[in-house]
Amino acid sequence: MKFGVVVFPGSNCDEDMIYVLQSIMKQEVVKLWHKDTDLQGCDFIVLPGGFSYGDYLRSGAIARFSPIMEKVIDHANNGGYLLGICNGFQILTEAGLLPGALLRNKDQKFICKNTYIKAANADSALTKNLNLDKAYKIPVAHAEGRYFASEAELKTIEENGQVLFRYSDENGNLDDTFNINGSLNNIAGVMNKNKNVFGMMPHPERAADNALANTDGKAIFDSILSYIG
Amino acid sequence: MEKQTATLEQALELGLLEEEFEQIKQILGRTPNFTEVCIYSVMWSEHCSYKNSIKWLKTLPKDSPRMLAKAGEENAGLVDIGEGLACSFKIESHNHPSALEPYQGAATGVGGINRDIFTMGARPIAQLNSLRFGNLNLDKTKWLVKGVVKGIGDYGNAFGIPTVGGELQFDECYNINPLVNAFSAGIVETGKVASAISYGAGNPVFIVGSATGKDGIHGAAFASKDITEDSIEDLPSVQVGDPFQEKLLLEASLEVIATGDVIGMQDMGAAGIICSSSEMSEKGGHGMDIWLDKVPSRQKNMKDWELLLSESQERMLVVVKKGEEEGIKAIFDKWDLNCAQIGVVTEGGQLKFYMKDELVADVPAESLVLGGGAPQYEREYSEPAYYQEYKKFSIDSVEEPENYKEVAEFLLGHPNIASKKWVAEQYDSMVGAMNTSTNEPADAAVVRVKGTDKAINITVDCNSRYVNADPEEGCAIAVAESARNIVCSGGEPVAITNCLNFGNPYNPEVYWQFVGAIKGMSKACEKFGTPVTGGNVSFYNQSSDEGPVFPTPTIGMLGLMEDYKEKMTLNFKDEEDLIYLVGEAKNCISSSEYLYSYQEVKASPSPSFDLNEEYKVQQGIKALIQEKVIESAHDVADGGLFITLAESAMAAGKGFDINTNGNFRKDAFLFGESQSRVVVSVKEEQKSRLEALLKENGVTFSRIGKVTSDSFKVDGEKYLSTQEARSIYEKTLPSALN
Amino acid sequence: MKFRAEIDIMPLKEILDPQGKAVKLGLVNLGLNQVEDVRIGKHISLELEATDQEEAEGKVETACKKLLANLIMEGYTYKVTAL
Repeated sequence: MKFGVVVFPGSNCDEDMIYVLQSIMKQEVVKLWHKDTDLQGCDFIVLPGGFSYGDYLRSGAIARFSPIMEKVIDHANNGGYLLGICNGFQILTEAGLLPGALLRNKDQKFICKNTYIKAANADSALTKNLNLDKAYKIPVAHAEGRYFASEAELKTIEENGQVLFRYSDENGNLDDTFNINGSLNNIAGVMNKNKNVFGMMPHPERAADNALANTDGKAIFDSILSYIG
Repeated sequence: MEKQTATLEQALELGLLEEEFEQIKQILGRTPNFTEVCIYSVMWSEHCSYKNSIKWLKTLPKDSPRMLAKAGEENAGLVDIGEGLACSFKIESHNHPSALEPYQGAATGVGGINRDIFTMGARPIAQLNSLRFGNLNLDKTKWLVKGVVKGIGDYGNAFGIPTVGGELQFDECYNINPLVNAFSAGIVETGKVASAISYGAGNPVFIVGSATGKDGIHGAAFASKDITEDSIEDLPSVQVGDPFQEKLLLEASLEVIATGDVIGMQDMGAAGIICSSSEMSEKGGHGMDIWLDKVPSRQKNMKDWELLLSESQERMLVVVKKGEEEGIKAIFDKWDLNCAQIGVVTEGGQLKFYMKDELVADVPAESLVLGGGAPQYEREYSEPAYYQEYKKFSIDSVEEPENYKEVAEFLLGHPNIASKKWVAEQYDSMVGAMNTSTNEPADAAVVRVKGTDKAINITVDCNSRYVNADPEEGCAIAVAESARNIVCSGGEPVAITNCLNFGNPYNPEVYWQFVGAIKGMSKACEKFGTPVTGGNVSFYNQSSDEGPVFPTPTIGMLGLMEDYKEKMTLNFKDEEDLIYLVGEAKNCISSSEYLYSYQEVKASPSPSFDLNEEYKVQQGIKALIQEKVIESAHDVADGGLFITLAESAMAAGKGFDINTNGNFRKDAFLFGESQSRVVVSVKEEQKSRLEALLKENGVTFSRIGKVTSDSFKVDGEKYLSTQEARSIYEKTLPSALN
Repeated sequence: MKFRAEIDIMPLKEILDPQGKAVKLGLVNLGLNQVEDVRIGKHISLELEATDQEEAEGKVETACKKLLANLIMEGYTYKVTAL
């Protein structure tokens, strides 16, 4: 499978994502510059974390209009796989490819730490291989990660099984105490109705390398490869 | 030149001395005009010329086979780490701007230090910071802490380089003058280092990055004046940092350097265009013609001297090979950055600045810079009375506490010792995916060097209470503790950078502190083989009402590991592991947090310290780590042995059970801060190897207890459970700052 | 009496506004090349009790000076109307 990692001005997790996909998952990866309009035949597009356009105005609001986004949106609408991590998730909600919005964390501060997340279902490329009872240790690093959707929208997402991940404690308990940013229903990641566009705030690419003594995130990449393969 | 000549009054107003004004006349062979006086006033300010410190800085050790660029030669020190790679690292202060506008002051400090690194062609991989504030109970302190931490976080996080460590100390002496010292380290291939140099007549000179505004005009001169309550009113403007622009500038600069078409490059910090153009020209033995009206400006109708002196952030001066202009412009254009040719390199060493067609300043580059024509002074110094007074302290004057449990809780919750998570979690410590400390904490941050098995170990350290008590010993301790941290994390100390924060150098007692600190640093750096690669001096950290801050020579030390897997962690591992104290216990409580804050005795000398003993202990620890004998290592520092044990236990969710030693006062044994001690844990079966190795290295040691499940026990008495300890330890900063 | 204040806080003209600069770049990407000098501030509205217009304006002035604006880098304007 050919992965394409989009580089926006201000992206800063692009290299980490490329490192994991290339060196650890052994996949073909190309960088896609935001001013380009060619996806170079990629099967799976990743919008990496970072601070595209400095996160000014609203996170993801300006990047969403970068030239390449037109092609990325076409790709998704044609059923192509698309994953946004952190700032990438924010860009996808701004672009309307994923439901909801990501608001400022409940305590108004940037927060970087290991968190635990639980897969909400095994019916997606990201979660197919995950153990639904296990809490995966995946770090977050964001100031605007509080998942919000209107009541009606939230109901639809839940009913359609579009929730990918929820914040939990290390034993997998879903309780508001472990909801680090105040997200509705502890939501840490969602997908679209067609299950080909994914967004999550935690960074699996920061937890995929043995050298960092935590490989819980690798399970997500393994899952993607085995699902789409 | 048509411009009117300047007067002595104007020169004095700008901070020059009368003798300096005379010297300028001699250099130019005429009376300078206003623009030229402005130029000399900033270039000869303390900030740029180091005129009051350079004599002593020159005495610091600078050599080691690993040094690729020595102190002062480039924007930052450069150390060979093997495999064709070098590490560039530096620490710098942004104290005065942070005192007035903590958010922007700290943010632009982070921006400045990172530009020093990537202007050399190195990609930053890790940042640290060293912060000092006043009494945490004061509203002003809270405002400063919140602003500074948010400023560092917002800038560093968006820039995308992890903040992997730092230190935070509170003391009343910093009530008015907080210290904000920012550190950055980057990696560059040795063949692709860019230099801050300019040569080759006819080569074009470009300014790139942000447009120039009237930011920080006289900021450099401003940093060289005492703060009074009024200066909040005279601040003409504040420099606003733009981390997004900095990120683009980083990527574009590295791309431009990789073309091989860059002659030299320097970032614009204090004193803006004039500083970069003069330093680069002097170094390359050439001159420049600069057309100031071609500088892209953010504000209308800027005066020539404003364009020359502006400290607008996120800008670089780049000299390029003639004929390669278009390629360079294309790269900056790709990154949506300004890139304008503003001048050419000329033969001879003269800097000529034009506005439209008018020559507005004409000065020899060499006359402006440090090591060239900038003045160098020897300042008087004298020993303050308190120094001998502090030495009279005797431990017998302090009664042993009745309730040890209470002391333990007091120290765990003391802001200087308590968990710094509230700060650390606001920084992205993991971007780059090379920071190994997230899941495995150690005494120093251990960051992998991508594409190799190597890692760098980095730490920033200074206990300014010790330095105040005894500048020479205290500063030697700061170096020793840095080295100890590096060694305990599995690294080999390689070199240091320093940030010398002091009061007014014209005060002989302050200058005595400065001289003492330099002497202490020299002897310790010689001993550990860690030359000084550069850094920064920040004087005038004092207010008219409250006197100088504690002398605070912050040490940033770089260590190296050939294989990151050899790293040693600080957390205990398994119950029943044996706990050893490596190094000698002493009957010393001098300058400890316990004595200073709990007993409230402020007058005591620096803690017991012997450089040779320290060196031996470090050799012993190195041997234990290399031979894979121990499970954990954590040095004894603030709060003494008890706090060291508590930190190793809390990080593991374990407990300990230890016995004190009847040869020492119990408070000294548990809470004293005598140096050169490390707590290690070891498996029962490794006991004899441990003892043999330490004996072989001539290191004193004692077995003090073992790792247990969930409580802290001393001499059979339970002080508190690990959970209780953690809640005290983690509560202090959030409850003061949320 | 009740008054409503509509307050605008803007970065001072002479100070760099990184946010405005980045938004301008975004607008250019959208094809709006004619856009210039984008600056971004905050709008705050609040209601307050005061005996008359003058007192209300005095209170708003204090609120702006002491808390709402950072005078080192921001300026403010407001309009107070009786409800």
